[in-house]
This record gives sequence, structure tokens and C-alpha cells, in this order.
Amino acid sequence: MTEPLIAVQHLGIAFPNNQVFKDLNFDMQRGDFLAVIGENGVGKTTLIRALLGLVKPVAGQIRYYPNKKAIKVGYVPQFRNLDQEYPLTIEDFVSLNLRGWRPWLSKAERRQVDTALAVTNLKKIRQRPLGMASGGEKQRAYLAQAIVQEPQLLILDESTASLDNEMKYELLDLVENLNQTSAITVFFVTHDLPLAKRYAKHYLALRPGQQEFGQVADMSVEQLKEASNVSNV
Amino acid sequence: MLAMFSLAFMRNAYLAGTFIAIICGTIGVFVIARNLSFLTHTLSEIGFAGAAFGIFMGWTALSGMLIFTVISSVIVGQMSVKQSRREASISAISALFIGLGILFLSLSNQTSSYATSILFGSVIGIAAADVVRVAVLSGIVLLVMLGLYRPLKFDSFDAIGARVSGLWTTAISVVFLVLVAMSVSVAAQIVGSLLIFILLTLPAAAARYFVHTVSKMIFLAIGFALAGVWIGLYLSYLTNLPVSFFIASIECLFYFAALTYQRVHVGS
Repeated sequence: MTEPLIAVQHLGIAFPNNQVFKDLNFDMQRGDFLAVIGENGVGKTTLIRALLGLVKPVAGQIRYYPNKKAIKVGYVPQFRNLDQEYPLTIEDFVSLNLRGWRPWLSKAERRQVDTALAVTNLKKIRQRPLGMASGGEKQRAYLAQAIVQEPQLLILDESTASLDNEMKYELLDLVENLNQTSAITVFFVTHDLPLAKRYAKHYLALRPGQQEFGQVADMSVEQLKEASNVSNV
Repeated sequence: MLAMFSLAFMRNAYLAGTFIAIICGTIGVFVIARNLSFLTHTLSEIGFAGAAFGIFMGWTALSGMLIFTVISSVIVGQMSVKQSRREASISAISALFIGLGILFLSLSNQTSSYATSILFGSVIGIAAADVVRVAVLSGIVLLVMLGLYRPLKFDSFDAIGARVSGLWTTAISVVFLVLVAMSVSVAAQIVGSLLIFILLTLPAAAARYFVHTVSKMIFLAIGFALAGVWIGLYLSYLTNLPVSFFIASIECLFYFAALTYQRVHVGS
């Protein structure tokens, strides 16, 4: 039994002199793992912004079930400007995303942080300054921060782009595990078609002026490449 | 040492200095995280102009400082949204305000010794009423910080994460700049407007090398600031030399110690 989470219906988004989407349609079920693939500039980030309600559609609509407020979103952005001197521990960094009003963390919030660190395999190095962590550990900390609020929808915006191959799979294994055990719906924006093929259940291939939505199982990497026009597989 | 506390102005200086150290340590952690050290330097100069303006108008120096620093920090905040433009626009504003400070001082017919006390601070000048003002302003700053703690922490230590998670980051920036402006005006009472950025930047910049959570950084930065102010006041009392000299030296000592610690401990 699947339950809908988000349905995008006849969505049109345009900026002055730039029609980004025209009649875009797809939906996401709870527990879905959607890979959004396409070349740079095709509107992947704009689509994320539209899902978050930061861009207003000029046509069509995005429906949220049961409603937009009820869906908590975790977001792992593409770039973060944290250098080697970044001082906070991994644990403190992860807890930044908790929204209580009191300055200290409640017991329940500390448990949330513990859980996020545990599922991202960061418990052992929770006291390490994030600036001293490796690229893969940093990316896992970003993931932990995004899921600390126990979101229903997790958006990964090219989050694997800066990682080497081994780390990419390590990170996405964690995401897949979350997707399967906690039924977090994943919206995975990527250029990396083998990754999309390996982990996603559905794909949304974006090309200027057209799009294709379907089941990943029916497609080979070559077919995904053709659908999305992504050249550097 | 006890003889020092029998003097009313020394008691006042210690009381005011304690409040100042507490708010500077607290605010400073966020100033450093947000890369605003240069802005606090500018606000010091703007504070000097404000103090001169306050005297010219026949108000207290603190009122003039508050008006100037609060208004200009909001303007600077708006102007320097773009990182690339930040340094140049801050330099321009800083030049304008130093000029205005000199103008108002000359218009108000104050002697140069008065300018010196605004610029470099003066322990003797602190009356009981000043202590009350400093305490009230510090209380306001700390209360707002407490209410704003989590969003401010998120925005300061992970601006990108805060923005994508839908936090109202522009509002946080503006409120924070106003808090910085208030702290600058308050702290100028003791260390003077020229050296105020020392207390706002160095204790916090040193603290981040020793501890790695925001709350610990705040406590350690307050500790460094308190040590600087208390020891500085005592040495100033003993030697009759300017307190701001001692505070500056002590805070620099903490900062260089922190850098050395980092080099030895982490090797970078």
C-alpha cells in the first residue's frame, strides 16, 4: 500500500525571459526514493525551491498530503563553506537544526541528536571538531543535521558531487537505510546516473522544455543517460 | 588591593567592567563566527563620532553613541549583504564617521583631553549612574540573546544550513547588528571607543581554539574578557597607566597563547 506525499500537477515556473518548467507532472509516495537527473541549468534547484514553497508557480500546483505544514523537510545543500578551522564539534553542528526556544537541549532533543549520530555512524567521533573531519565525515554530518528533526522528506542536492566513489556509496547506503527503515522519502538531485540507477525507485529526467518520469527498474544507465541528456556518466 | 575598592570610582569601574566583559564575551562568539571583526572596528569609530555628537547636543556620550552605532550598523548591514562589497563599504563609512567625530568635537568646544577619554576610555569617569545604564543595557542585550539563541547560533555557525531550513536569516542579522551596536556603546565606557573591538573579538577568537561547542566558547570568552578587564583595572590602579593598554595587552596575550596552543596541539 502506498500513500501519496507530494503530487506535482501541471506545474509551470517562469522567471522573466526564462520559462523553467511547463506542465511538469510527477508524484512521490511516502517511502519513495526519487532521483532527479538532468544537466546543469535545467531547473533542478528551482524545483527544490518550488517544493519548499520559495518559488511561486505560474501555473499548476504542488499538492502535499495531508498538508504542507505537516511535512518536515531535511535538506542537504550542495555547498557548505566550512573550512579547516571550523570550530564546532560534529555533535554541536548536528544539533544546530533543532528548533526549541530554550538555549539548552531537552532530554528528547538529546535523544534525537544521538539517533541522528548513530544512523550516520558518527557516534564515535561526535566530539571531533567538524573542521578536522574528512570529506566523507563532513557529508555525513550534514546528513545527520538534516535528519535530526526527523523529517518525512529528505532532499539531497548534489550532495555526493564532491565525494570520491567509495564515499558516495557509503553515504547513499546510509540514505537507503533511512529510506527503508524510517520510511523517509528521498528526493535525490544528481548527475551521477549509476548512483541513480543503484539507489532510486523512481526517476525524473529533466531536459529543457520536457521531462520524463518513471520507474528506475525499467531503465538501464544508458537509457537514463538518454532521457536526461547527462553527458558525463 | 582592598584600598582600591574603598574608592567609589574603582568600585564603579569593576562593576561596569564586569557587565561589559559578560556581554562582550557572549556577543563576541557570534561576531567571530559571522566574520564581523572588521565591522566592530568600524562601529568603534562610529561610536566615537556618536559620543562627540552626544556631547555637542548636550546629552550623555552614551546616548549619542547608541543612536549612531545602532543606525549605522543597520545601514552597514544592508550595504554589505554582498561579501565582495563589504570591506570597501565599511571603509567608506568608517572614514565618514571619524571625520564627523572630529567635526562634532570641535563644534562642541571640547578640549582634546575629552577626545582622548572618548577614544581611549577612562576609569575615573565612571559614575554610579553610568554603572546603572551599563547594567540595564547589558541586561537587554543578554535577554534578547537568550530569546534568539538557537536561531542566532544556527545562522552564525551554518549560514547555508540555516537559510535552506527556512530560518528568517535577514531579520536575525539585523537584530544581531543592533545588539553589537549596543554592546559597542556600552563597552566604550571603559576601554574607549578605539579599543572596544578588542573585547568583542579577541576573547571569542581565542576561545574557539580551546573549546568546541558554542556554550563553552561563550563561557570561556567571558572568562578571558573578565580576566582582561579585572587584571587591567588593577594594574591601571597600581601604575596609573591607561586601563585600555593593559586590557589590550592581556587579551592579545590570550589570543597568541591560543594560536600557539593550536599549533602545538593540532599542528596547523
